[in-house]
Amino acid sequence: MNQQRVKRILVACGTAIATSTLVAVRIKEEMAKRGINVETRQCKATEITSQAQDVDLIVSTTPVPSGLNKPVIQTLAFLTGIGKEDVLNQIEKILKEM
Amino acid sequence: MGMALEIKIPLQEENILFLSDAKDSSEVITRLSDALEKQGYIKSSFRDAVLERELSLPTGLELDGQIHAAIPHADIEHVNFPSVALAVLQKPVIFRCMVEPEKEIPVRLVFLLAMNEPKKQVELLQQVATILQDSELLRKLVNSKTGKEVMEALIIHND
Repeated sequence: MNQQRVKRILVACGTAIATSTLVAVRIKEEMAKRGINVETRQCKATEITSQAQDVDLIVSTTPVPSGLNKPVIQTLAFLTGIGKEDVLNQIEKILKEM
Repeated sequence: MGMALEIKIPLQEENILFLSDAKDSSEVITRLSDALEKQGYIKSSFRDAVLERELSLPTGLELDGQIHAAIPHADIEHVNFPSVALAVLQKPVIFRCMVEPEKEIPVRLVFLLAMNEPKKQVELLQQVATILQDSELLRKLVNSKTGKEVMEALIIHND
């Protein structure tokens, strides 16, 4: 299990702009604090299926189609603050298990 | 906690609307869009783009406490200048939840966001998120009666 390699996260929101940019920036910052090197890719909700192939985790503010065979976190925590610590812990746990 | 916080968002007093009887989310979005369009901040296509987006990708946010919000927005091609319009709703209007679209949320504050360079304007959204995470500030906003009160609440925020 190579914990040094860069982990890839697909960050999705409705129209691939504002919200996913914010979420991507926050995740990178927070994971860096926890010693995890993260690369993020942003996409629209409609592009999730086609963009999900080579990522370790999908984080989305909108519902994600089922059956992608990747860990998925659907959350508004980066906007509302509610459950943010739990989500960050969850992300860390998933990435460390890759 | 005793912290003074200055919120920096491109919100002008004239784009703060106090709506006492808005019927639905479409009416709120329309009236906010009209305000920004009048000043040339957005193209005429913005309003319909936001309305359409809200139908399939709603922007309602359930917050910590009794006051909930929505952040309708659309793609960058409809925006001329980054700007925000805010509706303070006397009676809650239903918006559906961003992460759970079947869930209805009674919203009192609607931030219409016009952004055309998301990577530069991530700070705008971060500032809005800061507002949303501060239940004391949200209370001040819904209790405001004038644009001036809103602007003051956002510029100086003391606990």
